[in-house]
Amino acid sequence: MNRKIFSIPIEEVLPPVAAVLEGQGIPRWKQANGITLQLARDAVELYREKARPVGAGVEIAKDAFKPVFEGEGRNEPDSPVGPIFQASENLALFAVTIGQEICSEIRRLFRTNDFALGSMLDSAASEGTELTARAVEKLYLRHLKDFGFQIKGTGVLRFSPGYCGWHISAQKKLFDALHPSEIGITLNESHLMQPLKSISGVIISGEKNIFYFDDTFSFCRDCAEHSCRERIHAVTDHEE
Amino acid sequence: MNLLQQISDHLQQGKAKSVAELTRQAITDGLHPKNILDEGLIAGMSVVGEQFRKHELYLPDVLLAAKAMYAGLDLLKPLMIEANAKSHGKIVVGTVQGDLHDIGKNLVAIMLKGAGFEVIDLGNDVSAQKFISVAEQEKADVIGLSALLTTTMPTMKSVVELAKERNLYGKVKIIVGGAPLSSDYANEIGADAYCFDGMNAVETVKRFLDQIR
Repeated sequence: MNRKIFSIPIEEVLPPVAAVLEGQGIPRWKQANGITLQLARDAVELYREKARPVGAGVEIAKDAFKPVFEGEGRNEPDSPVGPIFQASENLALFAVTIGQEICSEIRRLFRTNDFALGSMLDSAASEGTELTARAVEKLYLRHLKDFGFQIKGTGVLRFSPGYCGWHISAQKKLFDALHPSEIGITLNESHLMQPLKSISGVIISGEKNIFYFDDTFSFCRDCAEHSCRERIHAVTDHEE
Repeated sequence: MNLLQQISDHLQQGKAKSVAELTRQAITDGLHPKNILDEGLIAGMSVVGEQFRKHELYLPDVLLAAKAMYAGLDLLKPLMIEANAKSHGKIVVGTVQGDLHDIGKNLVAIMLKGAGFEVIDLGNDVSAQKFISVAEQEKADVIGLSALLTTTMPTMKSVVELAKERNLYGKVKIIVGGAPLSSDYANEIGADAYCFDGMNAVETVKRFLDQIR
């Protein structure tokens, strides 16, 4: 896959109201009250109006990815990403964002004391960014299939600098290779992306068994999300 | 039901407009601004906070109540300044240098203001130097540090170290919060407390100020 820019239709990455409420700490089994439910619906509508989901991706060979992964030499020595990419079949760098406008809207809402809607929109935007990354992951899987790579028994999983022992400083080399500034994403001095609602990393494709690891590394202690558990489990869902 | 109780009730229901109207009426009736604040607005927010702690209310309910609180507070603020009323305590908050995430910090600031504290919000990407110099200038009681990225957490330690250098350590309490943090980390860097959410921050700050006073 040569470098591609993807414009993702908003309807494909609309966050479900239940997910937005969950982002506000309301469990799925709990019936939200009418006002809260309406706020969540308003936030999704505002997301539909303000979000501009877009992505960039480029396939990369293992030897070209190695320096990107190594970044500035600050990875944890036992990061699982190293052995996984070494055992992979295909790799692609990616970056996605839902744009600056929605981030500005969240700030505006907080500035005008509309805290509840601002916070709800923030949850909608986080979920929408995640859905946009998943959409790009699916497009890559489709690309692999179109080019005749065996899909049965193959898994696809995303990793991002800043997680799983892959140091965030690797963002610099990732950005040098991918140039996501074309879709409006820039890096600051501390390797943080702007707009904030952006995700970057590598999509790794390979036999499913290469992805399994226990989240018991020392750096897992600092991770609040542990989304790897869910994502590793979901690798099987990519089978077509 | 008296006017202050009505303010508290309407605030708990997140009715910003009626809280503003009732606050205006209380001012017109000659009630002391400090009483309106303590027995109306803060009393209402305390009930909301307690219900949130018990999981009877969720974040959106608290934020709607906070909006109502601010509607009343905006009317009281000029009168409080005029009367030279003392705040319940002064807290400097910000997201540490290198980190641009500010939603969590904003939520904590909203809760702290709702509890009657004076909050100086330094925004995001704030250096250790800035936290300490503002805390010194403003004679703050507490510094609240927020971080979402594991890579920016070390800046929190720099704030603690600088507080030691400037002889503020122990005099100004330092609280930390954010997704990747823990009590262990707070202990490790010498912070006074880790707060897992805004309400916990309010309880912690109240506890610290009770100890000081």
